[in-house]
Amino acid sequence: MSAIIQVQNVSKSYWRDSFEVPVLKELSLEVAQGDFLALMGPSGSGKTTLLNLIAGIDRPSQGKLIVDGTDISTLGESALAKWRSAKIGFVFQFYNLIPVLTAYENVELPLLLTKLSKAERRKHVETALGIVGLGDRMSHYPKQLSGGQEQRVAIARAIVTDPVILVADEPTGDLDKNSAEEILTLMERLNKEFHKTILIVTHDPHAAARARITRHLEKGDLIPEGV
Amino acid sequence: MKVLKLILKNPLRHKLRTALTILGIAIAVIAFGLLRTVVTAWYIGVEGASANRLITRQAVSFIFPLPYAYKDKISQVQGVKTVTFANWFGGVYIDKNQFFARIAADAETIFDVYPEFLISKEELETFKRERNSCVLGQGIARQYNLKVGDIMTLEGDIYPGNWEFIVRGIYRPRDKTTDASQMIFHWNYVNERMKEEMPERAGDVGWYIVQIEDPAKSAVISEQVDALFKNSPAETKTETERAFQQGFLSATSAIITSMNIISFVIIGIIMLVLGNTMIMAARERTREYAVFKALGFSGKHLTGLIMGESLFIAALGGGVGLALTFPIVAGFEQVIPKGFFPVFQIEPITVILAVSAAILIGIAAAIFPIHRALSTKIIDGFRFVG
Repeated sequence: MSAIIQVQNVSKSYWRDSFEVPVLKELSLEVAQGDFLALMGPSGSGKTTLLNLIAGIDRPSQGKLIVDGTDISTLGESALAKWRSAKIGFVFQFYNLIPVLTAYENVELPLLLTKLSKAERRKHVETALGIVGLGDRMSHYPKQLSGGQEQRVAIARAIVTDPVILVADEPTGDLDKNSAEEILTLMERLNKEFHKTILIVTHDPHAAARARITRHLEKGDLIPEGV
Repeated sequence: MKVLKLILKNPLRHKLRTALTILGIAIAVIAFGLLRTVVTAWYIGVEGASANRLITRQAVSFIFPLPYAYKDKISQVQGVKTVTFANWFGGVYIDKNQFFARIAADAETIFDVYPEFLISKEELETFKRERNSCVLGQGIARQYNLKVGDIMTLEGDIYPGNWEFIVRGIYRPRDKTTDASQMIFHWNYVNERMKEEMPERAGDVGWYIVQIEDPAKSAVISEQVDALFKNSPAETKTETERAFQQGFLSATSAIITSMNIISFVIIGIIMLVLGNTMIMAARERTREYAVFKALGFSGKHLTGLIMGESLFIAALGGGVGLALTFPIVAGFEQVIPKGFFPVFQIEPITVILAVSAAILIGIAAAIFPIHRALSTKIIDGFRFVG
C-alpha cells in the first residue's frame, strides 16, 4: 500500500524562556493508507508532538511532512485550517465536546464549514451517530452522557466529514475498562470496515495491542521496528 | 451565521454571571439616561429660546431693576416689533418646597411676545381685564390640580405681604421645549400695591423682552438699545434670549460638566463590567477555541463568536436599561418640583447615545478576548488548564 503519511527528517523544538527544548530529532516515518498505528512511549518522548505535526495543528522546526499528497509544512494558517477540516478527524482524551450543544449539534459542527444543506448535514450527522451507536442520544447534552458515550460522540464528530485520517490522543485515557474496550472496538471497526487510517497515542499496552502496528518513541527518537 | 446558535447559547453557561452582567449594564444605562436627561433638561431653556427675542437687563446685574420708562424708548428703535417686560416675583405657594416661576408681567403684551404659550382668546381677554388674575402653565395647573376660577394665595418675600390671584387662564406649551411651569400675573397689580406700601420700589421692571422683526439684526438692535441708556444711572445690557439663558447656565456650568463627565464615566464602568465577563468567559473556553481551530474554524469565526456574544449581552443589558429608564425618568418627573425642570423627558439624543454606547461597549469588551483567542496556538489551547 502507498504511504499516506510521510514524515521526512522532522525535528521539533520548543522554546521555554530562552532555552531551546528539542522534542523530536530528525525523525522519519511512513504510514500506509488504511493502517492503524499506535504510538507509545514515556511522557515527554514526543509522541503527542508527532501526532500534532501529522494532524497539522503544530509546525515542524525543520523537515517535511507530506500527508495525503500535500506538503503541509508549507501551507499557510488559513490553507492548513481548510486542509485539516477536510482530511483529519480528531479524537481527544477529554472528548472536548461543546457543553452547550447537543450530541447532534456537536457532531454537526465540522459540517458547518462545508457547503452542505441542512438536510444533507442531518443525513451525515445521523449516519455518524448511527455508526457509533448513539442514534438515540442525538438530543442529549454532553453532561447527560457517560464518559464512553461522550467519547463516541467525539468519534462521530471526527468521522462526520469522512476524513482520510483519524488521529486520537489517549482516546481511552479517561475511560473505565469497559468503555475503553467499546471505543477501541469502534476504532478497529472504522479502520477495517471504513478503511480509515488511524493514528493513536497511548500509554496503555492493551489499547496499543488493538492497533496493527505499534511504534515506540524515546527522547524524541523513533525506536526502529523490531527492537 | 454559522456560530449564531452558540452565540445565543454561550451566555447561558453561567446564568448568574450573565444575569448580573446584564443587570450591571442595565443599571449603568439607567444612570446614564437619568444623568443625560438632567443635563438636557438643564439646557431646555436654551433650546426653547427664540431667535427673534432679545432680553434687556440692567448692565451691572440681572438682580437690579430697570425703570418702566425705558419701554417706550426701546419701542422706538428701528426693527423692534413689540416690547414687553417682566419681574421676578418670588414668593411662597403652600410651602418653600413648591418651586415654580412666578412672574409679574405686562398682561397686555406678554402673550404676544411668547406665541409658544398657547391660550384661548376668551381666557386671555378675561386675564387682561382682571387686574388680580393670573395665567398658569399647564404643568403647574396639573401638579396642583388648579382650574380656572380657583384662587391662589402667595406669601410674598421680595414683595412682602399676602397676594391673592384668581386663575383666569391655563396656557399649553406649543413645543416640547416650551416651559409650561410658569405663573404669570399683572405687573400693574403688584406695582399699584408697591406705590402704596413701598413707593421707592414702584415703577421697577426686572427685564425687558424685545421682539424684533429680523433675527439677523439682533446684534445691531442690541447695540442701539444699549446706546439709548449709556451713561444713565441704569445702563442696560441687551442680548439674544439664547445668550441670556446661557448666561444663567454658566453659573452652574461646573455642575453640568461634572454630570456630563460622570455620565461618560458610567459608560467606562459598563465596559469594564462586560469586559471582565468576556475575559473570564474566553479564558474558560481556551480549550474549546483550540478545538474549533483544530476542526478548521478560522479566526473570522472565532471573532464572530466572541464579538457576537459580547454584543448580545451588551444589547440585552442596554435594552433592559433603556426600557426601564423611561418609567424611572417619568417617576422622577413626578417627584421633582415642576418649576425646577420645566421639561424633564428623555431626549432622542439620549436614546441614541445609550444605544451607541451599548454597541461600542460590546465591541470594545470583545477586543482583548478575541486577541487572546486568536493568538493562542492550538497546542497551547489544548494544554490550557483554566
